[in-house]
Amino acid sequence: MGGKERRIGVYVCWCGGNISDVVNVEKVVEAVKDEPGVVVARHFMFMCSEAGQKMIIDDIKKYKLDAVVVASCSPKLHELTFRNVVARAGLNPYLYYHANIREQSSWAHGDDPEEATRKAIRHVKMAIAYLRHAEPLEKIRVSATPSVLIIGGGISGLKAALDLSRMGINVFIVERQPFLGGHLARLGEIYPYGRKGWEIVSALIRELRKRDNVVIYTNAEVESVKGFIGNFEVTIRVRPRYFKKKCERLEEAIKACPIRIPDEHYYGTRERTAIIPPPYPGAYPEVPAIDMNACTKCMKCLEICKDSIDFSQKDQIIKLKVGSIITATGFKPYEPKKGEFGYKVYGEVITLPQLMGILRESNGNKLTINGKEVKSIAFIYCVGSRQKPKGNGERVNTYCSRYCCNATMFTAIRLFEKYPGIKQYHIYRDIRTYGKNELMYEKASRLGAIFIKYSEDDPPKVYKDGNKLIVKVRDLLTERIELEIPVDLVVLVTGMEPNENEKLNEILKLPVGRGGFYQEVHPKLRPVETTLAGFLIAGTAQGPKDSRESLLSASAAAAKAAGIVLKGFIELEPFVAFVDPKKCELSKNCMAECPYGAISIKEYEGIGKRAWVNPALCKGCGACVAVCPTGAIQIRGLTNEQIEDMIKAAAKG
Amino acid sequence: MSEKRGFKPKILVFSTNLISDVGIDYAGLLHMHYPATTSIIRLPCSSMIRPEWILLALESGFDGVFVAADGTDCPYLRDCTERTARRIDQALELVKKNGFRPERIKMAAICSVCAEPFVNHMKNFYETLKKLGPVRKGEV
Repeated sequence: MGGKERRIGVYVCWCGGNISDVVNVEKVVEAVKDEPGVVVARHFMFMCSEAGQKMIIDDIKKYKLDAVVVASCSPKLHELTFRNVVARAGLNPYLYYHANIREQSSWAHGDDPEEATRKAIRHVKMAIAYLRHAEPLEKIRVSATPSVLIIGGGISGLKAALDLSRMGINVFIVERQPFLGGHLARLGEIYPYGRKGWEIVSALIRELRKRDNVVIYTNAEVESVKGFIGNFEVTIRVRPRYFKKKCERLEEAIKACPIRIPDEHYYGTRERTAIIPPPYPGAYPEVPAIDMNACTKCMKCLEICKDSIDFSQKDQIIKLKVGSIITATGFKPYEPKKGEFGYKVYGEVITLPQLMGILRESNGNKLTINGKEVKSIAFIYCVGSRQKPKGNGERVNTYCSRYCCNATMFTAIRLFEKYPGIKQYHIYRDIRTYGKNELMYEKASRLGAIFIKYSEDDPPKVYKDGNKLIVKVRDLLTERIELEIPVDLVVLVTGMEPNENEKLNEILKLPVGRGGFYQEVHPKLRPVETTLAGFLIAGTAQGPKDSRESLLSASAAAAKAAGIVLKGFIELEPFVAFVDPKKCELSKNCMAECPYGAISIKEYEGIGKRAWVNPALCKGCGACVAVCPTGAIQIRGLTNEQIEDMIKAAAKG
Repeated sequence: MSEKRGFKPKILVFSTNLISDVGIDYAGLLHMHYPATTSIIRLPCSSMIRPEWILLALESGFDGVFVAADGTDCPYLRDCTERTARRIDQALELVKKNGFRPERIKMAAICSVCAEPFVNHMKNFYETLKKLGPVRKGEV
């Protein structure tokens, strides 16, 4: 088999019985103890225990072992544990292989202990074959720039920025909109305590403005990202706002503007002009902006705010150097299709964000919509969430949007308090007011909200009978009785969708999960990291969250980003591609195959021009390995020879 | 091809560290059964597989090779499915040229929670291989 003569120790774990009740661990030890290279083979109750770890360390010293196999649970659980064990004994941590004989043998093959034992033996033999060719590897060390880019200036981005800034790290915030704040800044009172969304945002902004290591770009977008973890070069484009400074006669200028378009800040329930003033108290920047997509350059505003407006402003290109990038680009509220529950067909059908916008502005003791007093409301839940696949390939949102039940319950309570006369029908599929939010559900019920449960196969229908708006629904809780409920207002409880980030996705290439949101490495073990080293995610860009959960994930992402840049250097796993220049015939197949641009051509002394892998750019996927005609490009820690010998070892059994 | 009595097909499975190996672990976690004559080698990504490894497996005595691909969940490559499929196409040609039946190779995307699909694939593939009989150079 070639390779170095290794002195290998093999340790087979009982996992208390999880393994040894099915797999005959003595047989496994017996079968591998005389394999070439194996010096010692043992089995033990819990290899991961203090005693188990000590056994390995003592053996390494006593028998001068230079490679170790532990056959136990999945490597996802304890590979790192045992790498650290061998490192503590003075061995290189990569002279270790983890054989999975619990999840992939004893647990899966409890019906066939004999074959399960054979499979465990094969997995251990593969590990031994692997180690015969294993070389000591060193983590890859690269320097790190002590600054972080945050894409998105909503609640998550602002929170992450503040946390990082307080740790002494330079922060750049890039916000696409003309003002910071994101969706939360558009909301009035929010659950659970009724604090206004924009108040929370402006409190964060106030803190950020006191910091001297935070730079904020609004009306700005990322143009390109080059480099790798610790050393990103980012280009951003800042679009002009056409206002140089505040204008004292701003209100006059706004009045003079002939444009009227739906105001996104109020989810289209109000109109705005092409001049966008700071949309809420404490908004940043304090300087207004002109929406050039709407402006016709009639110049009427210029006559009023002559000293403030400058139509000659141009795009600015700015280059930044950062060590890590947090993407906190938020969400987009689901926009029901025309005709979906009567949306955009009947003026009395609106969405929950729209209702919240209306409530934010409404005073007095009557709620009016289109000039008509509202005396009854039907809420229809799960609109644009938990959708059933249609089978025609059309994208649907199969996930739960998490915040909507809670937000509706809170809105229901506020409505009862402000307008006790309004009847409320809550037409739902399941109520998911998890945790403490359950108290709001209880309160809303006590205040008189009527709950009607519908089936996803038989959704409610919204139509008009003459002038009367009617919701027809079959109530699952009362033997599927069909109810026809006349109401003055229908509120569609809409969920969250991934934001529109096509351009950014092209640039960053962050992995996107099934719902279209950015995907973390692991929901529990690495919840804010992505598989792209140095790229973190926060807030609703990752999936539906309420503001509390967004803040949590923002702080988590900030901590992770700090972990990357604070030390000044980064250590990367050594499992990256490398080229044997003697074997390379410069087919360039690998260069075409690599999606990360990690492979280039380098002059090797005495050999000539051959392919070369930049280890800091390589992610170690191995796509290049498959296309190399001569096997010159391989992955460190998983070479072709290792794989081939593992195949042979397993086949022999 | 006649079914040999007592023949238990040996299957080599290529899994991927972050996706399909997790799915295979999940099957174990749920104590779902599938043929134990499998051996599993984990790779970073299924698009790493060199076609000659698949040939080597058959030549070494495996009766079938199952590639548990990353599919659309691949953390490295958006077009991982297409890339892995290209490797498999090449492997099919290669094993045919070397006298093995192409039905001995199977690829399916196994996501990180795809316990049941994996188990079903294994059972079906096992039955297919049982019908094909033990691997033999020159069978086609």
